[in-house]
Amino acid sequence: MSAALFETLLRLGDNTLVLGHRVSEWCGKAPVLEEDIALANTALDLIGQTQMWLSYAAEVEGAGRSADDLAMLRDVWDFRNILMVERPNLDFGHTMMRQFLFDAYHRALLSGLAGSGDPRVAEIAAKAVKEATYHLDRSAETVIALGDGTEVSHAKMQTALDLLWPYTGEMFHSDEADAEMVAAGVIPDPEGLRPAWMDTVTATMAEATLTLPDSNFAHKGGRTGKQHTEHLGHMLTQMQWLQRAYPDATW
Amino acid sequence: MVRPDVQTIWGWLDEVPDPEIPVISVVDLGIIRDVAWDGDTLEVAITPTYSGCPATSIINLDVETALRDRGLDNVRLKQQLSPPWTTDWLSAKGAAKLENYGIAPPSPAGGPSKCPRCGSGDVERVSQFGSTPCKAHWRCLSCLEPFDYFKCI
Repeated sequence: MSAALFETLLRLGDNTLVLGHRVSEWCGKAPVLEEDIALANTALDLIGQTQMWLSYAAEVEGAGRSADDLAMLRDVWDFRNILMVERPNLDFGHTMMRQFLFDAYHRALLSGLAGSGDPRVAEIAAKAVKEATYHLDRSAETVIALGDGTEVSHAKMQTALDLLWPYTGEMFHSDEADAEMVAAGVIPDPEGLRPAWMDTVTATMAEATLTLPDSNFAHKGGRTGKQHTEHLGHMLTQMQWLQRAYPDATW
Repeated sequence: MVRPDVQTIWGWLDEVPDPEIPVISVVDLGIIRDVAWDGDTLEVAITPTYSGCPATSIINLDVETALRDRGLDNVRLKQQLSPPWTTDWLSAKGAAKLENYGIAPPSPAGGPSKCPRCGSGDVERVSQFGSTPCKAHWRCLSCLEPFDYFKCI
């Protein structure tokens, strides 16, 4: 098995799994019905993408584990998602700001991966980028509407942006596994995605009348698994409890 | 047994309804990508509409059941991701049935050209997301009815 490819697939699948679960936490309690449906649909797309990434990861690992095993039976330290997606939802504005910052990155990343030298990675990405594109349309529209909205919504969106900004840098960091995959033509260079992401973010924040924080400080440790936030463990107790309490349960 | 020809099998599959939108068949939807004999085994390639569409497993089950009911015992279903599904693959027959059913068919303009109920062009989008992943929620400003629009992807 290729350890670097397995690591890469976990990073892709864990981002969509953890964010998909977070977004699904809104189901049944979003501010209005349309938003509730939109959030649930977005979560569904992300979980569907997870199924594809983690199925491939399980095959590459070749240890007899399935996508479900990887999702439901790993512990915090084995997850490879960026820290931003495990942050609690807080309010609706924070949820949508996180979604926007991720979607802009996700679309750029998946567009690059659609040209991957690994045919499985390329076909999953080509499928997923269509979904990431309309996720981005919607999250950008919502961030603009709330940022350039009332005094209260504007203040909440600025607070959300300030809180989330230090978590965005991790998306563009890379390590040896990335370098190996870049050299093999499997993934685009993470840092190379930053200009396209920054263009989308700058244009959207200008329209949303929000100010980008002037700092490059980046929290990291999620995509390497070195140090997750305290929030991921709490999330996993919710997400995994059924498979933990009733191993191999099916229905 | 005699192997039915592939054209006949396409005809059988055209009678398998989509579980969420039963007026159109899985063939109308464009998700059956290939039907071919591999020795004595019939192989059917199916592509998902949306990655997370919960209907995918039901569709597989319905296709398999329909073929078994026709006496085919050796059926293998395979998921085909590439090229990714697009609404361009929806058949003209399928589009007409959708509209008749009250769902505006996908349009390259990015939105429905008219209300599927009263035909008015005075329509507005309520939300990009609707009752299933493949639909958006629109409303007609003439007859005031809400309706689903099968969005382009």
